[in-house]
Amino acid sequence: MTNKVGGIIGWVDSRLPVIEFWEAHLSKYYAPKNFNFWYFFGSLALLVLVIQIVTGIFLTMHYKPDAELAFASVEYIMRDVNWGWLVRYMHSTGASAFFVVVYLHMLRGLMYGSFKEPRELIWLFGMMIYLCLMAEAFMGYLLPWGQMSYWGAQVIVNLFGTIPLIGDDLALWIRGDYVVSDATLNRFFALHVIAVPIVLLGLVVAHIAALHTVGSNNPDGVEIKKNKGADGVPLDGIPFHPYYTVKDVVGVVVFLFIFALVVFFAPEMGGYFLEHANFEPANPLATPEHIAPVWYFTPFYTVLRAIPNPFWGVVAMFAAVAVLFVLPWIDKNKVKSIRYRSGLYKVNLLVFLVAFVALGYLGMESVTEMKSQMALRLSELYFLFFIILGIYSYPRSAGFYINSFIVLVGVITGYDFYRINPEIADTTWNTWIIPVAYLVVTLLGAAFTNLDQDKQVPERVTS
Amino acid sequence: MKNIIKLICVTALLVSTSTIWAAGGSGTLYKMHVDVHQQKSLQRGAKYFMNYCLSCHSAAYSRYNRVAEDLGISEENMREHLIFTGQKFGDTMKVAMTTEQGKEWFGAPPPDLSVRARSRGADWIYSFLKSFYVDESATRGVNNLQFPGTSMPHVLWELQGLQTLVDDGHHGEKDSHADDGHGGHKKELFEITVPGKMTPDEYDQAVVDIVNFMVYMAEPIKLKRQSIGVAVLFFLAALGVLVYFMKRDYWKDIH
Amino acid sequence: MSEHIVDTGRRKMLTVSASVVGAVGAAVAVVPFLSTMSPSAKALASGAPVEVDVSKLEPGQKIQVEWRRKPVWIVRRSDEMVSNLSKTEDRVRDPNSNEPGQQPEFAQNQTRSLRPDVLVLVGICTHLGCSPTFRPELAPEDLGPDWVGGFYCPCHGSFFDLAGRVYKNVPANKNLEVPPYKYISDNLILVGELDEGAA
Repeated sequence: MTNKVGGIIGWVDSRLPVIEFWEAHLSKYYAPKNFNFWYFFGSLALLVLVIQIVTGIFLTMHYKPDAELAFASVEYIMRDVNWGWLVRYMHSTGASAFFVVVYLHMLRGLMYGSFKEPRELIWLFGMMIYLCLMAEAFMGYLLPWGQMSYWGAQVIVNLFGTIPLIGDDLALWIRGDYVVSDATLNRFFALHVIAVPIVLLGLVVAHIAALHTVGSNNPDGVEIKKNKGADGVPLDGIPFHPYYTVKDVVGVVVFLFIFALVVFFAPEMGGYFLEHANFEPANPLATPEHIAPVWYFTPFYTVLRAIPNPFWGVVAMFAAVAVLFVLPWIDKNKVKSIRYRSGLYKVNLLVFLVAFVALGYLGMESVTEMKSQMALRLSELYFLFFIILGIYSYPRSAGFYINSFIVLVGVITGYDFYRINPEIADTTWNTWIIPVAYLVVTLLGAAFTNLDQDKQVPERVTS
Repeated sequence: MKNIIKLICVTALLVSTSTIWAAGGSGTLYKMHVDVHQQKSLQRGAKYFMNYCLSCHSAAYSRYNRVAEDLGISEENMREHLIFTGQKFGDTMKVAMTTEQGKEWFGAPPPDLSVRARSRGADWIYSFLKSFYVDESATRGVNNLQFPGTSMPHVLWELQGLQTLVDDGHHGEKDSHADDGHGGHKKELFEITVPGKMTPDEYDQAVVDIVNFMVYMAEPIKLKRQSIGVAVLFFLAALGVLVYFMKRDYWKDIH
Repeated sequence: MSEHIVDTGRRKMLTVSASVVGAVGAAVAVVPFLSTMSPSAKALASGAPVEVDVSKLEPGQKIQVEWRRKPVWIVRRSDEMVSNLSKTEDRVRDPNSNEPGQQPEFAQNQTRSLRPDVLVLVGICTHLGCSPTFRPELAPEDLGPDWVGGFYCPCHGSFFDLAGRVYKNVPANKNLEVPPYKYISDNLILVGELDEGAA
């Protein structure tokens, strides 16, 4: 076959293995045939990354990273630049969309055990992407130089100041000044536009490369490479191209529809995507009544606020993120997918999800005594989830469950005694029942019933 | 099938919650119904704004020619009636007073109003302009119930007249609502002691016009982005149907 | 894997139509992004016409204003200066301003202006963009006895007469640009706008 196009491709291929690449990663990359709704979010995350980079490039053509000019330059984009408003709204909506997609993508990993052996490295790269994304969003939010931009940055950089010994110098070095100022703005601009995006792109490549090395997981948690046909192709595998390229395109169009709904009809999203206070230029002399981080940071912000001591609050917040990194070594249960895990496992995961969302909600609210107590209890549930996951990794005796229960209730109650004072005594003991009830169900429930039994995993994928 | 249901739910959630969130305005004395599609209201609002507000406040991100185009005002009309101080048609709405002068004369420089409607909200500005009252203890003889201690004089006093507080103490709380949201009045906060050129209803309309204009000015593209959005959504829906059938055809291969 | 017999015709039709519609959408989506690079409202506003009052402009005097970030000269020519334009007819490359794009229609005359006594030019040399010097004096030492007034560009030595017409055998090869302008009153010129209906 010597048609013209084949000729050109052939010319390139003998100098760079494009055909081999195309086959290995697309036309002969065999993915399980039972991908469901939860498997759209990887490709959507890639789409949002592209949207952010493209809109970001066009924004940088007009934005001015100077404390005196930044706010005005954003309004210039919104009003004077032709179609500037569209680029700006796509970028602000894209930032929130990125986190919606990534959180759902991570949830998929949690549900189907996609972080387990042999996919631990994919999970680690993914967690690094998540960290970079949080840094990228945080720095990007400073750029409009509104009240919330300024004070949010001030608060978070001050957190680094709580680290013993090196804290103050570290915060000074990050800011380049004694308070968040033009120096901070300019460097955050450089990091946000060049440094972190390049790192993100590299990590995404590594993430996908690691995935393609071991092959994709699936909703049944069955390893399709264990059952291959005579031709070496997994019996339950189908070529990614054209089947999943065609399916992902549908996902993309549906996503864009929802994205367009927000961009054209509700770009502020009631103050959650574009906060009202940020339409006031930054004023170093006037702190807004209510400083809240953007919604996607709020769960971790709540964990931070749940511990009164500034330094330990910071430690708790970082621990909440760090614990996700080591998930593959906490949950060692061989059964990957929630479909075949025990009833109690499902309860555990459900509680975790509810706690995470509730933590998020609390992070947007101002502090009251009851909310503060709830924040602590929900944070306890958050961390207990991982401990229970670890316990559920292997079959345990009733004695093991009961001992674990006693130890954990002891730790929680011990901390309550440590922190208690007459003002909070009532709410402390009223809310004590929350983590304890959770442990009763997940541990004593396991000890005295057989709801901790996992199910039989099939050999081949089902649906 | 399940996927479609899920996506409908997500969309419904997003749309409904956004309308809930949008109905904010907590902590304001009054609420108003904003409508930036009422061109006449915007035109009147522009007139009041240029005449009463622009002498002290700037609106430095808004351009005269953009306002003229969006509000259906001809260039001549705009130049003659709405642009003062020798500025050009394409200029931004800046003000002659410097920051230092503002600090000296008012204690704090009058803030720029271009995006005030997006930071404070329409309800707040509406309440502010309706809540000046005579107060002997204040420097300028007037205070404001929505924003106590404000350095701004009651610029619109000629139109509204002067009013006093009906009661003292209890009615001073910010989150009491004088207006029940449906145009009826639960309780009157003020009493007009010196009548102005306008009746209370006329003044109310004038304030509504000013706030409508300020909401427009805070985001001029709002008028157009929704109609563009409809076209985009139609296109995506059509494309969605096509790609869905394409996907289904390919997936007939798979069992 | 599949016992389904593919209807390739249908599959191709669906794929092609989806791709075409998608490509059209993508093309339309690109347009707003590219247009963000066109001059913004701010750039257009600063390119707005400039008013110039010439009531106090003396013969032989030149004033300069900025229009679209370019220097624009307004020169009051004396009667002698105007009549001297016949002397440079055979020294200049394009005496009748036939080269398109260098002047509005009304300036395709000997004086290259709406009124003979006032000259309006963009003060940028048509060679490589320097701003020429104004030499209205007759027969100065450095320019020789035949010099009857004009402009001299020091960068590469181009000469122009007092109508902005470029001399022969100099690096520049086009007459200095006459911008669009009109009179809004006897002594008020609006640089940047043409009179509608006027030549």
